[in-house]
Amino acid sequence: MAWQWFHRLGSPRWFYEKSSRWLVWFAPLSIALMLVGIGWGLGFAPIDSKQGDSYRIIFIHMPAAALALAGYYIMAIAGAVGLIWKMKLPFMVMKSAAPIGAALTILTLATGSLWGHPTWGTFWEWDARNIFMLVLLFLYAGIVVLAEVYPSRDAADKACAILALVGTINVPIIYKSVDWWYSLHQPASIKLTGGSTIHSSMLYPLLVCILAYYCFYTLALILYTRREILVREARTSWVLELAQGQGKSNKAGDGL
Amino acid sequence: MHPARKQRLIVVIAIVILSSVAIGLLVYALRQNINLFYPPKAFSANEVPRNVRLRAGGCVSPGTVVRSEDSLQVVFTLVDPEGSLEVNYDGILPDLFAEGEAAVVNGQWHDDNIFYADQVLAKHDETYMPPEVAEAMNNGEKHEATCAEMSYGS
Repeated sequence: MAWQWFHRLGSPRWFYEKSSRWLVWFAPLSIALMLVGIGWGLGFAPIDSKQGDSYRIIFIHMPAAALALAGYYIMAIAGAVGLIWKMKLPFMVMKSAAPIGAALTILTLATGSLWGHPTWGTFWEWDARNIFMLVLLFLYAGIVVLAEVYPSRDAADKACAILALVGTINVPIIYKSVDWWYSLHQPASIKLTGGSTIHSSMLYPLLVCILAYYCFYTLALILYTRREILVREARTSWVLELAQGQGKSNKAGDGL
Repeated sequence: MHPARKQRLIVVIAIVILSSVAIGLLVYALRQNINLFYPPKAFSANEVPRNVRLRAGGCVSPGTVVRSEDSLQVVFTLVDPEGSLEVNYDGILPDLFAEGEAAVVNGQWHDDNIFYADQVLAKHDETYMPPEVAEAMNNGEKHEATCAEMSYGS
């Protein structure tokens, strides 16, 4: 009895109906925060004393990297919940998180490469941070592919969840790589303990960008999961009703 | 919690812990290869093989950068608190290369104790500040970081 509320959370229909209301908030919020954060960072924050304007890539690069790492945990935890409770929704969230995470990882690697050329003097270096970030991309890509290759959906979900769980160790390795090894990549500028080594005039737009990326990630995850729900539940009565309802309103629209 | 679910929970936790231990041991065994560069103290202690391609990294000691007048030849010394390494390089330096800043060089350490580099990379630190703030912190003098503050991870 105590776990009943938890199982209700796992219902795709419940999520689909609730998330329609969340989207109304998350869509404008994430777009507004993105415009403010990126606009402030790229247009109004002061230049860096050593790097000049090229440091501005941090406003796109660092939040993308943070969400690529955080998103991996979301994917792995969703996979674990799906494995343990055998619920449908967590597997849909897991499958939806993989392409978003892969896109963010590609964005991180691409912007880092563009910044690396003027700053370090090279587009790519086999640095610990770079290597493990590339491994993260392969893990995400592996899950995207693995979800499609199995003929049975159950088998695909289980395989993806296990791969996601095995890869979790990569996240703390990426995070601590700059402290554990001699690396070309600089350590973190924002520190949880002690003072940050980034000036407040640059820190505030960066924090807005991080918040914007979190909202955008949530929005993207909800949209992808809703799509996955409709695909997997296509034969259920509530999805058919939903589709017929929309069909009718479309026809009415055509009539006008 | 249902016994079957509890059992699956244990299996999931076991997967995470076992794979983490396995990958952790692998990374630990490869730690020497994952280091991007050798610090100057390893050169001073003679722990670095000679005449093979490798990387060295450290702080460019202020006042040691000597540029040739008729070519791109440049000589400088990389230092850390426990050692130093003389570097010879013929090429274009990255924009962020400066005295008192960190650099990573790619090349060979020859028997004459000079590191012949064919690539120089600038290693940026984690401080970001506007020029006005940097100037105020240095009391209007030209910005020149001190190597004493440098520390490299492990």
